[in-house]
Amino acid sequence: MSTNSQQPEVHHPVIHRDDTAKKLGMWLFLFTELILFGGLFLVYSIYRYLNPEDFSNGSHHLDVGIGALNTMILITSSLTVALSITAIQKNKPKLAIGLIVFTIFCALLFMVNKYFEWGHKIHYDLYPGTELFKALKPGEGLFYVLYYFMTGLHMLHVVVGAILLGIMANYIRKGMITHDNYVLLENGGLYWHLVDLIWIYLFPLLYLIH
Amino acid sequence: MTTTTLPNYLEDKQGKKGLMVWLTTHDHKRIGLMYLAALSVFFIVGVLIGILMRLELLNPGKDIVDPQTYNSLFTLHGVIMIFLFVIPGIPAVFGNIALPLIIGARDVAFPKLNLFSWYLYMFGAMLALGTLLVGDGPPDTGWTFYAPYSVKTGTNVTMAVFAAFILGFSSILTGLNFIVTIHRMRCPGMSWFKMPLFAWALYATSWIQLLATPVVGITLLMIAVERMLGIGLFDPALGGDPVLYQHLFWIYSHPAVYIMILPGMGVISEIIPTFSQRRIFGYKAIAYSSLAIAFIGYFVWGHHMFTSGMSGPARVIFSILTFLVAIPSAIKVFNWLATMYNGSIDMKPPMLYAMGFIFLFLIGGLTGLVNGALAADIHIHDTYFVVGHFHYVMFGGTGFAFFAAMHYWFPKIWGKMYSIKHATRAFWVLFTGFNILYFPMLVVGIMGMPRRYYDYLPQFHLPNEISTVGSWITVLGLVYMIVVLIQGMRKGEKAERNPWHGLTLDWQTDSPPTLENFEEIPTVTEGPYEYK
Ligand code: HEM
Repeated sequence: MSTNSQQPEVHHPVIHRDDTAKKLGMWLFLFTELILFGGLFLVYSIYRYLNPEDFSNGSHHLDVGIGALNTMILITSSLTVALSITAIQKNKPKLAIGLIVFTIFCALLFMVNKYFEWGHKIHYDLYPGTELFKALKPGEGLFYVLYYFMTGLHMLHVVVGAILLGIMANYIRKGMITHDNYVLLENGGLYWHLVDLIWIYLFPLLYLIH
Repeated sequence: MTTTTLPNYLEDKQGKKGLMVWLTTHDHKRIGLMYLAALSVFFIVGVLIGILMRLELLNPGKDIVDPQTYNSLFTLHGVIMIFLFVIPGIPAVFGNIALPLIIGARDVAFPKLNLFSWYLYMFGAMLALGTLLVGDGPPDTGWTFYAPYSVKTGTNVTMAVFAAFILGFSSILTGLNFIVTIHRMRCPGMSWFKMPLFAWALYATSWIQLLATPVVGITLLMIAVERMLGIGLFDPALGGDPVLYQHLFWIYSHPAVYIMILPGMGVISEIIPTFSQRRIFGYKAIAYSSLAIAFIGYFVWGHHMFTSGMSGPARVIFSILTFLVAIPSAIKVFNWLATMYNGSIDMKPPMLYAMGFIFLFLIGGLTGLVNGALAADIHIHDTYFVVGHFHYVMFGGTGFAFFAAMHYWFPKIWGKMYSIKHATRAFWVLFTGFNILYFPMLVVGIMGMPRRYYDYLPQFHLPNEISTVGSWITVLGLVYMIVVLIQGMRKGEKAERNPWHGLTLDWQTDSPPTLENFEEIPTVTEGPYEYK
């Protein structure tokens, strides 16, 4: 509510805090994110069923090494974000900020790896629109399209998640998130776990199943 | 009567000036009214396009527009009516205004998010209408954006699809807000089964919004990406599967028709007991049937695709499920009728609209069963029978429920009363016009006239003429209704707190309420409809 009202005493609703409501809201939002990706998983599984060989060929060309590395990075970052919540609960804001910064660092690392991975493919003209791409079998083309689409959308979530965590770190610095009021950080953490979780499904679907 | 000294929410400017009072408000009632303003404008635009189409169809051959324009007209009409009017419709306007009031809360759970949803809605709406002005002309695919045509046409489909994506996002956030509000903010004593039925309906609707909308979001995003990058997700020439698009589209869009109708049913469940002064018959049956509709509604999408290429068993199963979903709807209708039985019925305009709803929804629902029957649908698929059917449900159902809500909560919103006499007359004009407009469509559909053409064979002339005349009467009714309401808003008599003698909490506070809604949060001990 606005603060510059004319009769502030009677005018303000008692701002009561409801952490459960905030968390419930976040969980509901995460459902919608899961279903958003669920649509892509559905499309993926149907096209994989229709073109098993082409999909297998496609996945052989992905770099399992980089994928595995990125999986490690994201899982580690999920740990550190969880630790930062424990830190703030124990009233150690500096430590919490440090852990969040480390998490964001992991996010950056993840994106650098992705940059090299995508860059490598793009260097070989393996992206929609090129002659090479048009010459692919339809099934393989679909595989790469889904690969770019799914990892791309996931990357967007990594960026958003990292920005959110940055904002949380700033809130801790300003004392807006404290040891007895940290639901925002918990929600930020939940979002980050979602980003991690989706990757844990993307990695085997795209890189490992042949 | 009014004991508070606080100004009501319409006068309370909180120290802001001009439009800022509205554009930066977090008050659920003001946000509801902002939705109402925007929705009304889009509804009028949609109706004007409808009238234009009907004019073109007055005679066979070209009357006023060429085929390409006509294709764009029905697409825009559909997009505006579906995504800008009926889907947000009752939840965004009357859910926002009434939900906190009827559950005894001061606001929704996340007021800022609520305002944000409104901005998203406006942004999406501007994009949708922007397709008219920029690029290669408005889309011509129909509101369903079926692939592969939607990935091939040169018109502005990407932008329209993106608009629908944004609008979906706004709808998700509103749903999320309502679910948390209902879980966390009911006043003391209001257990789940002491909650008014409108709140139950909104609760069920919100879950559909939350769980179905992301599917269409991602699907539409795929169409946009496919168009921008020239890849083949749904284009068969490039290995894609256009039928898969239809599945994904209807996985959302069929549940979406329940997003449209459930809140309307909730409104009717409030109005009928109030104007019969009787306890609602089968409270729990109505509450549970909302959830049942929401649940079964997920599994019937295939009935839009009986002719698109699906296996025999799949079609039979979808047909059976479609019949099943009619049961909870029928339960509601029977309960409403049983509530009215032996009541002292007061035929004020809200009640008239509610009765109109029941009548028109009955026709819409029964013709829906005809569509859902596998064998019959093969014959009538993509004919005017379908057009008649969905106007009966969406306009006759949701639209009339929207008008009912508008007349019902009018005194609460404005603290004034419209002219009952003129509102009653407007109803009859609208109701008559509506049936003259749409009933011939059912007939001409059975005769075999296909939808989405600007032209038709000479043997379909008479019903089309009647229908076009009906469209004029309908518009007359709409204009009459709007004029009466605006008159009431500007110079109506002062309304009391509780002009309809309702028992729900919204009627126990001032008209119009203050920004806080209640001086003190009420405590309830009885169910919402304990009429003596
Ligand atoms: C006076 C009011 C209205 C008139 C005259 C009107 C007229 C029409 C006509 C003639 C068509 C068929 C176009 C064709 O298939 O060739 C149509 C389609 C449609 N109408 Fe309306 N309509 C009106 C109000 C509404 C309302 C209130 C809604 C929704 C709440 C609505 C939703 C639709 C939809 C979804 C379509 C299908 C568009 C498509 O084929 O993609 N209409 N309307």
